[in-house]
Amino acid sequence: MVTAEGVHKRFGQLEVLKGIDLEVNRGEVMCILGPSGSGKSTFLRCINHLEPINAGRLSVDGELVGYRESGGRLFELHEREIGRKRSEIGMVFQHFNLFPHMTALENVTLAPMLVKGAGREEARQRGRELLARVGLADKLDTYPVALSGGQKQRVAIARALAMAPKLMLFDEPTSALDPELVGDVLDVMRGLARDGMTMIVVTHEIGFAREVGDTAVFMDAGVVVEAGPPKEVLSNPRQERTKAFLSKVL
Amino acid sequence: MSGSERTQNGTGRHEEIRAVPVRHPGRWVAAVVVLVIAASLVRSAVVDKRFYWHLVGDYLTDPRITHGVLVTIELTVIAMSIGVVLGVVLAIMRLSPNPIVSTGSWLYIWFFRGTPVYVQLLFWGFIGDLYPNIDIGVPFGGPAVIHASANTLIAPFTAAILGLGLNEGAYMSEIVRAGMISVDEGQTEAAHALGLTPAQTLRRIVLPQAMRVIIPPTGNEVISMLKTTSLVVAIGAVYELMAETEAIYGATYNPIPALIAASIWYLTMTSVLYLGQYFIERRYGRGFTRTQRGRWRGRTLALSTSREHGGAL
Repeated sequence: MVTAEGVHKRFGQLEVLKGIDLEVNRGEVMCILGPSGSGKSTFLRCINHLEPINAGRLSVDGELVGYRESGGRLFELHEREIGRKRSEIGMVFQHFNLFPHMTALENVTLAPMLVKGAGREEARQRGRELLARVGLADKLDTYPVALSGGQKQRVAIARALAMAPKLMLFDEPTSALDPELVGDVLDVMRGLARDGMTMIVVTHEIGFAREVGDTAVFMDAGVVVEAGPPKEVLSNPRQERTKAFLSKVL
Repeated sequence: MSGSERTQNGTGRHEEIRAVPVRHPGRWVAAVVVLVIAASLVRSAVVDKRFYWHLVGDYLTDPRITHGVLVTIELTVIAMSIGVVLGVVLAIMRLSPNPIVSTGSWLYIWFFRGTPVYVQLLFWGFIGDLYPNIDIGVPFGGPAVIHASANTLIAPFTAAILGLGLNEGAYMSEIVRAGMISVDEGQTEAAHALGLTPAQTLRRIVLPQAMRVIIPPTGNEVISMLKTTSLVVAIGAVYELMAETEAIYGATYNPIPALIAASIWYLTMTSVLYLGQYFIERRYGRGFTRTQRGRWRGRTLALSTSREHGGAL
């Protein structure tokens, strides 16, 4: 589903990703862990072209991200084309980024109507179902300002699911939440994984990674230090750097 | 909660506080000074015959004055509409990644903010001296689609509209730009991640949120525009409120009552604008306040933390 080969990313002089090689198969859940500044969020943002990469190859479902290859040359995709590809990838942010001037339901129905041309009633019907699925059937007409952090994040997940994505990216979805609200959001994510959604999750929730993840990846300073089944990476890390990180987190 | 209701562990009653308030003699002195000034102003207005209140009353409903009021409103509405549309376009140009487009916008703002609107109005009034004929068509000597004399194409009223509207565009663009950059970057990111194009993101996500920041200073601009229309007197032949007022006292040699009548009309119109602004602000405040302004602080705090995160990797 997602293939990264030698992905490099620079911000000016600062090299944030120094050659990432990773592979995520359909229906798999990959959890990426690592200290802040390790490049894990940047990598996630590269996958839907929020950040263009500087070197290497990155493809989703066999198609290059952000470019079209023809006759050995790369051509930038048009904005509309990039938008179409992004619409197949759901993304959930640490700070929710809900649209504050719209109700929960409007947040969920906007993109299906604008990007996919769904009818208003069809979009609203699906929006109601999705909000019910994340446990917010009673918050349809509530503005984000009146929702708790956990509720906001669940609306954000429903908003991403409304596009029927084939891949979901989670960028530290529980890091901005009060500890007691984390559980509701993780439950929703667990449900998604059970339904067979392909997911890449940048997280500090070791327990979640161990329980739900098919692969755990430990990143540091722009490289993948260790990757493999969570049982091995999280319980019996081979690298000293991973051991040091886990001993601090646990 | 009042003091008498305060309880400890829900049982024991505490005595209500009855403290002697601190005296503020300075405030009393200031209040007296304000009262004295106000009273003497009111007294002079009532007693002084040179206010000619009976004439003021007549002028208020004089057909020349009411016609002037209508022209003033017309000028304000049209010039402001041009200003707002131009302002949005210039603001978007200013934020464009293309350096020629953004520099063009910068130069426009530099020129129209840097010269007095009075001078700009005169320029438009005398446009015929600069360009006797106006050709619109293929540039650099190509065939013209419209060919007309400047004085017929740009009549005094059009000159007034152009002068006021093009000047306003420069100010509005800075207001719109401030509104646009006030919207958290995460909003644009979320919209892009959902597949919205940059144009859709601008129209559906950024501009509606920017409105909250744009509206208060725009209300200011409308009020300012309403009064700036009086400078149109410079062009002549546009009979808005101030021109009509001048015409009246030019004939009677008694300026004060006519000027008072004009001031009352200006005050009335700006007061109506205050009311309009209140309702528009409430409309675009949706989702930003639950009930009271107290929410604001929490909201700003949340925005600033998310912006900090945006800079992190």
